[in-house]
Amino acid sequence: MEYGFTIAAYAVAAVLFILSLGGLSGQESAKRAVWYGIAGMAIAVLATLIGPGWGLSGVSIILIGLGAAVGYQLATKVQMTQMPELVAIMHSLVGLAAVFVGFNADIMINNMSALFVENGGVLGAVAADGYTAVGLPKDIYEGLSSFGQLIAKKTSVEINILRIELVLGIWIGAVTFTGSVIAYGKLAGKVDTSANKLPGGHLLNAGAAVLSLLFTIMYLSGAGSWTLVLLTLLALFIGYHLIMGIGGADMPVVVSMLNSYSGWAAAAIGFSLGNDLLIVVGALVGSSGAILSYIMCKAMNRSFVSVILGGFGGPAGEQMAVEGEQIAIEADGVATALNEAESVIIIPGYGMAVAQAQQAVSELVKKLRAKGKNVRFAIHPVAGRLPGHMNVLLAEAKVPYDIVMEMDEINEDFPETDVAIVIGSNDIVNPAAQDDPNSPIAGMPVLECWKAKQVFVSKRGQGTGYSGIENPLFFKENTRMFYGDAKASLDKLLPMID
Amino acid sequence: MKIGTPKEIFEGEARVAMTPESAAQLQKLGHECIIETGAGAKAGFADADYKDAGVEVAKTAAALWKAADVVAKVRVPDDTEMKRLRADQTLISFFSPVADEAKMKQAAKKGATVIAMEMIPRISRAQKMDALSSMANIAGYRAVIEAGNNFGRFFTGQITAAGKVPPAKVLVVGAGVAGLAAIGTSTSLGAITLAFDVRPEVAEQVESMGAEFVYLDFEEEQQDGSASGGYASVSSPEFREAQLAKFRELAPDVDIVITTALIPNREAPELWTEDMVASMKPGSVIVDLAAEKGGNCKLTVADEKIVTDNGVTIIGYTDFPSRMGTQASSLYATNIRHLMTDLTPEKDGVIDHNMEDDVIRGATIAHAKEVTFPPPPPKVAAIAAAPKKEAPKELTAEEKRAKELAEFKTQTRNQVGLLAVGGALVLAVGLVAPASFMQHFIVFILSVFIGFQVIWGVAHSLHTPLMAVTNAISSIIILGALIQIGSSSMLITLLAALAVFMASINIFGGFLVTRRMLAMFQKS
Repeated sequence: MEYGFTIAAYAVAAVLFILSLGGLSGQESAKRAVWYGIAGMAIAVLATLIGPGWGLSGVSIILIGLGAAVGYQLATKVQMTQMPELVAIMHSLVGLAAVFVGFNADIMINNMSALFVENGGVLGAVAADGYTAVGLPKDIYEGLSSFGQLIAKKTSVEINILRIELVLGIWIGAVTFTGSVIAYGKLAGKVDTSANKLPGGHLLNAGAAVLSLLFTIMYLSGAGSWTLVLLTLLALFIGYHLIMGIGGADMPVVVSMLNSYSGWAAAAIGFSLGNDLLIVVGALVGSSGAILSYIMCKAMNRSFVSVILGGFGGPAGEQMAVEGEQIAIEADGVATALNEAESVIIIPGYGMAVAQAQQAVSELVKKLRAKGKNVRFAIHPVAGRLPGHMNVLLAEAKVPYDIVMEMDEINEDFPETDVAIVIGSNDIVNPAAQDDPNSPIAGMPVLECWKAKQVFVSKRGQGTGYSGIENPLFFKENTRMFYGDAKASLDKLLPMID
Repeated sequence: MKIGTPKEIFEGEARVAMTPESAAQLQKLGHECIIETGAGAKAGFADADYKDAGVEVAKTAAALWKAADVVAKVRVPDDTEMKRLRADQTLISFFSPVADEAKMKQAAKKGATVIAMEMIPRISRAQKMDALSSMANIAGYRAVIEAGNNFGRFFTGQITAAGKVPPAKVLVVGAGVAGLAAIGTSTSLGAITLAFDVRPEVAEQVESMGAEFVYLDFEEEQQDGSASGGYASVSSPEFREAQLAKFRELAPDVDIVITTALIPNREAPELWTEDMVASMKPGSVIVDLAAEKGGNCKLTVADEKIVTDNGVTIIGYTDFPSRMGTQASSLYATNIRHLMTDLTPEKDGVIDHNMEDDVIRGATIAHAKEVTFPPPPPKVAAIAAAPKKEAPKELTAEEKRAKELAEFKTQTRNQVGLLAVGGALVLAVGLVAPASFMQHFIVFILSVFIGFQVIWGVAHSLHTPLMAVTNAISSIIILGALIQIGSSSMLITLLAALAVFMASINIFGGFLVTRRMLAMFQKS
């Protein structure tokens, strides 16, 4: 039984998905783009339910309804600051679903070969023409589910390819699953955010990967489904250990990498199910995640491999000693400077998200703008824990997006700026990246806020940033440290702005 | 050990190397203190003050020199004092190893130890003993005050009922410690302050003090002051010309010029020429802090104030710190006290003259019958060398075109290379894989390609929504589960059902949260 209209619907859905991603090029078109995505998904699911997924569709609809309820709860309850956690945990669901679907395919192959044996044939046997598969008797074939029919028609070469595909799908899915769960734990603060590795480090990962390959070969040569189970366990371990070894500030790369993996897993499953829509969407998501990872790595001037292998590389030589001292300032001093300033640039970082200070920042900006001052935001590509994290937080606090600038747009403007305020960021404003060739972050593009006439740094204490590198910015003569929780500090500052 | 301070013999010298306060601190190190009667009188410290602080007062200089193990003073000792200096006695004072070479040799011959305050190395640890800096700070401040004293107008601009007063324009040449102090004093008095230095890296410091840095239009690689321990060194003739041209341009405009340019162990460079003086307005004032070394202006007469024919006052005093005796003494005495702290590491009143210590070694010019000048270079670099910054070169039109062409070529090469490798890989797969697989493979390749084309266009600020959307649509895996759920096997049904459930959470959650986020983005 072929479902011509299902394929047609898939084509429509694929176009809609592409439009949906393309629409994200601008804030206004993005609002329309989501609807394309939703429509595409609705068409795809409906077409499947009516077509090849008709069996037990009642149960399916109920489950979809339940999932919808949970998803609705999640999406409406989540705080914008928790967005990275939500995205991470949702990736894990896709990964796990891919594992399940992959296992189902394996079970189905086993069932089918049992069925062939019952009927006196062999699954995948090739007819006299050397090309077409010898199928089952028509009455049995008709009684199979659509996926069963698909397998029944395959030759042995095709079955082997199918197995490779499903191994890939399961393996990537399993890595994505545990990786995302750990990433979620780290982002939500439930798992220690520093880079932790078991003794043996990357050798463990490499060993597990080699073993996986071994089990794959055994599985393909017919050793049975237990190899598949072991392989999954190994993949689960790799996902866990890989992400445990990556520190908190590298999370933008990790999350986009997992995003990419969930796409590749879907694509691999699409191959094994012979479903083109799965392949298309999987490939779209996979390449999207890969590009995001690339952009993030570039913003940190590090190679993808070095991020994934975790931690900063050791410095090439002695780092420059930082001379001078950090000079603290109170809210009234900051207020005076702000009242006198003509132009202000605010540089938010993860610290702003932690302190939930975006509303207070927005208030401050509103007050300053009402006085006719030129207030803008400078966003470093890796600020926060998710690509574009700061933009979302500022948007939530009703900061208009046209004063929120990217690094390249605004870096030139610091010398003409009266006051730069750094709120909860550290490494992305570290001048050592430019001045000290021995610094571990040497060469990373940074926001040159120290060129502003005055810099205020809102920071909890005197500690170093994620990378553990001393930040010479804090010791500069035009820098003043505004110690304290970002939100509390800003709340103290607000009434003093007149 | 007994630390003694004689009265300064040099005429007009008001400073004293020990104050009651520093004496109290020295005693805490386990030393005894002795002072010649009347030594602190000009700096405002009476003998009684010293006595109260537990200092013994010696009646004569001879008695003091005899009693003291360590003699701390300000000026270089004169011949009488040199005679009094004896073996195993330590002398701490300003002592130029170049100008006073004979005295240095004499002291070494006697077996006395001499620590020259000029020679304290310029490293962070030694800043507290750096008497040159503390004296220069006073000189810079005083220079502005002296200038104001001889200048007939206000520093600050005012608009009064009696008319408008323009602010004074002050040019400070040389932004060392004295220069910066002068800049600070001048700006806080309200004058418009310009400053120049041969080391462009001090521009930041100058600007931080509220003055405007005078930049030269000069191509040559400018000096890196850190190479010479933070001091200026001799500049090239071309650079000097550019600098003088700039000064000539400024001369008619400025009201007060304060020159502080000194190069260690050399004659002061001439920076303010006679024609510049001639072009200045009558009533203008020049304060030449380099007068002792010949002056930055050749008209300067050391220790005197002169008025030129066109009414410009030139002040060549060399005793600015001494003119503020109390302040200068307390700073100098503190420098000495810090030095003693380093010399007495155990705080037990016993001096450990550690020649391995960078600071002590650097400042000691005579020790154990040997002349120990010049010292070896310090183990710790004084100031981190500023990394050479390559100025981005302005490209000519041809160079630009050539560069673009080269870029285009490499781009083409990369692209063609990637295409060739990719094509070969696809072909290789096609050789082994059956046609049914290749049909799906084409779809896959095209989708990856479209993905790459589309995603580059996504705005940076929308990366989070992008992730949420891709997350939602990656739940397309639900299709697989939906197809499988109708199977006759219970296990398959169960796993598929779970997959359907999880994927639908993702679909709804992902899209809803994206909608929520996008609705927040708004224009101002």
